Amino acid sequence: MTNAIVAEDLVKVYKSRRGSKEVRALDGVSLTVPEGTVLGLLGPNGAGKTTTVRILTTLLRPDGGHATVSGFDVVKQSKDVRRIMGLSGQYAAVDENLTGWENLYMFGRLYELPKAETKKRVGELLEQFNLSDAGDRTIKTYSGGMRRRLDLAGALIGDPHVLFLDEPTTGLDPRSRLAMWDVIRGLVKSGTTLLLTTQYLEEADELADRIAVVDTGKIIAEGTADELKAQIGGERVEIIISDASRMDDVYRLLSTVSTGEVQIDKRTRKVISPTKGGASRVLEAAKILDDENVEIEDIALRRPSLDDVFLNLTGHKAEEIAVEEDENV
Amino acid sequence: MSVMESGPVSDAMVITWRNLKRIPRIPELAIFAILQSIMFVLLFAFVFGGAIPLPDGGNYKEFLMPGIFVQTIAFASATTAIGMADDMGKGLIDRFRSLPMARSAVLTGRTFADVIYQAGILVVLMLAGLAVGWRVNNGAEKFLLAVLLLLGFAYVMAWIGVWIGLAVPNTETAQQLTFVTIFPLTFISNVFVPPESLPSFLQPIAEWNPVSTLTASCRELFGNPNPNIGDGFPSQYPIAVTIGWAILLVAIFAPLAVRKYRNTSR
Repeated sequence: MTNAIVAEDLVKVYKSRRGSKEVRALDGVSLTVPEGTVLGLLGPNGAGKTTTVRILTTLLRPDGGHATVSGFDVVKQSKDVRRIMGLSGQYAAVDENLTGWENLYMFGRLYELPKAETKKRVGELLEQFNLSDAGDRTIKTYSGGMRRRLDLAGALIGDPHVLFLDEPTTGLDPRSRLAMWDVIRGLVKSGTTLLLTTQYLEEADELADRIAVVDTGKIIAEGTADELKAQIGGERVEIIISDASRMDDVYRLLSTVSTGEVQIDKRTRKVISPTKGGASRVLEAAKILDDENVEIEDIALRRPSLDDVFLNLTGHKAEEIAVEEDENV
Repeated sequence: MSVMESGPVSDAMVITWRNLKRIPRIPELAIFAILQSIMFVLLFAFVFGGAIPLPDGGNYKEFLMPGIFVQTIAFASATTAIGMADDMGKGLIDRFRSLPMARSAVLTGRTFADVIYQAGILVVLMLAGLAVGWRVNNGAEKFLLAVLLLLGFAYVMAWIGVWIGLAVPNTETAQQLTFVTIFPLTFISNVFVPPESLPSFLQPIAEWNPVSTLTASCRELFGNPNPNIGDGFPSQYPIAVTIGWAILLVAIFAPLAVRKYRNTSR
């Protein structure tokens, strides 16, 4: 399988506004995206996701390293890159004073499509994105979700080999987000190579084949969602018992079947027992406790979420830092 | 694929089309531009005009209108600058820069569209001028030459506007910056008063001011009262000096704007 996107050691340095202090927005980012796959670039605001996308889409020149998209160098062959890629940014970049049809027609013509073909393509895309009825209205009258869909349609009008979506659902309400996910899943099914940035762990988990976690200008982990989850340990059985005085018994009983140290929390009456082997381990634990007459209030098998992964990798939660560093570099 | 279906010319035409499409969707922009000019016409024709005697006793309203045309076009650079700053702020410039289009097209398309827009505004103002007593006295040929000079100046001002629009952080700054630079330019000139009434230290500035030379050119070509500042070169050859100014200003501001555009967020 060939790689549609290759980035090696990308560096981008900004001079800070206050003084001569330098901010390394990207500090050696390397990544590869095989053709026909989806890479999710996951990280909080200011981590360097947008900067990476801007370099790969030729909007920004890297200060170090190099990158290719479909084999074209993003600096030296930028026009070739622009011809074969589509970009939809986090700020829906469509002309508010044009209609949906006019926006897509303009983008199509600027992608160097002939007039007749552009018109045909515009009709198809409006249909595909459920905007046919709104095609003759100016964007001013569109909802946030409609704008995003039109923006995405604009990125697709040139039939790009490689698609970049920079935070495609940021600021959307939950329903619009789910609709957007459906649209993106459809694109992926048709074989488009996609690089997607997001600060939502759930989104990366839902849409991406592989995930690269970015924090402060570096990629700190990469792999499939399952691989990343496995990095911080496997499954565990979580049990809440009714009677806190039996905690020590439970600890002793479960230690015999756990694959790791059993953790107990007397205040919440919660017991966490690391395990391997899936649902049958839950039954096993339930049986052991039942045999000793320990009353179980709740029992479940838990796999680590990407939130756990992020916390584990960076030492902070994704959402916390997103609030602290609201400024985009 | 024919030549016109793609390439820099086609791209510039698409951008021109896009900018013209926007005009009727934001009618308040054109309406306020015209109202502002008409307000100046009314103010000077009927309020101040009586107190401003022309040296050779000419008709003040005929004297005033060419100046109003030039002033309106000079202020048009604000429209361009605001439009450009708006496109930057809304991310449209980034979108254009991510497309395989000719990079020059965003700027040339914008300046073409703004000249066409100014031509429309000029028609309305000329009708308003005719209504208050302005007349064209020198025939169609010279009239057309004057219109050509005015539109050429509109093109120059559009390039200055593009550069300002790309250089400022937002539309508010674009508006204020163009206002504070264009306003003195139109007042230290022959637009509203006969230049001899200006203090002597301002006279050389007023004499060489492109706003003055264009206004004097139009007055000459329309056959309207045209009091000269003196025997200086710009007063003798206003048309030649105006064309010289236009070439010089485009030669300065077009490359500046293109460079600014290319370096945007690099």
